[in-house]
Amino acid sequence: MTTRLRYFAWVRERVGKPEEVIEAPAGVRTVGELMAWLASRGEEYAHAFENPNVIRAAIDQRHVRPDASIKEAGEIAFFPPMTGG
Amino acid sequence: MKATVRLQREPFDAAAVTAELTRGRTDVGAVVTFAGICRGDERGEPIAALTLEYYPGMAEAEIERHVKEAATRWPLLGVTIVHRHGRIVPGEDIVLVVTASSHREAAFAAAEFLMDYLKTRAPFWKQVETTSGKTWVDATAADDVAAARWTARRPGREAAE
Repeated sequence: MTTRLRYFAWVRERVGKPEEVIEAPAGVRTVGELMAWLASRGEEYAHAFENPNVIRAAIDQRHVRPDASIKEAGEIAFFPPMTGG
Repeated sequence: MKATVRLQREPFDAAAVTAELTRGRTDVGAVVTFAGICRGDERGEPIAALTLEYYPGMAEAEIERHVKEAATRWPLLGVTIVHRHGRIVPGEDIVLVVTASSHREAAFAAAEFLMDYLKTRAPFWKQVETTSGKTWVDATAADDVAAARWTARRPGREAAE
């Protein structure tokens, strides 16, 4: 199953791209597991996801927790805590 | 309830946006406006500008969800939110929240609720530009505390709903 990933702010800068389409291994079931898998994909990913506790995620444009299932996800976004307003 | 959410790169006229919400109406008895303005310093350091990045699509959806939530909590007659993105220089408006109601309590409370949520839930990220380069603004614990008080009033709700 392919999923579109989007990155924002310093997560985007560290990964080095705003978005990509990936195919996660079958064992990767949650947002937290996806972050751990991404961190293993290379130096830039390891840097971006070195502290997963501070990274927020959204599935199909809604905030989710790390234990959220990625099974039905079309688009998953990763970003730092928000600083708008 | 009349709800308007606008995300834009261009500066806006806060007074004109406010007037739009109440023009021709006689049911509105209270309007509260909050404007967030770009300061010329960040943690004591002078800044040249702020650049706001956002998540197109989700930002609109997230703000609209919170406007709807505000309308279930208070008897509102109208809400307008304008949030800028891109480069913003000191002295310019970043965000405007306008709430209208028959009486002031609802308008005040809803404006505060919406701002607290915008700060912590709307997918925007500020980058500060100084003479020594660009740095991302860290989220503050104070903003999380401000937003959490609205959740505390509704026990059992998920923070990441």
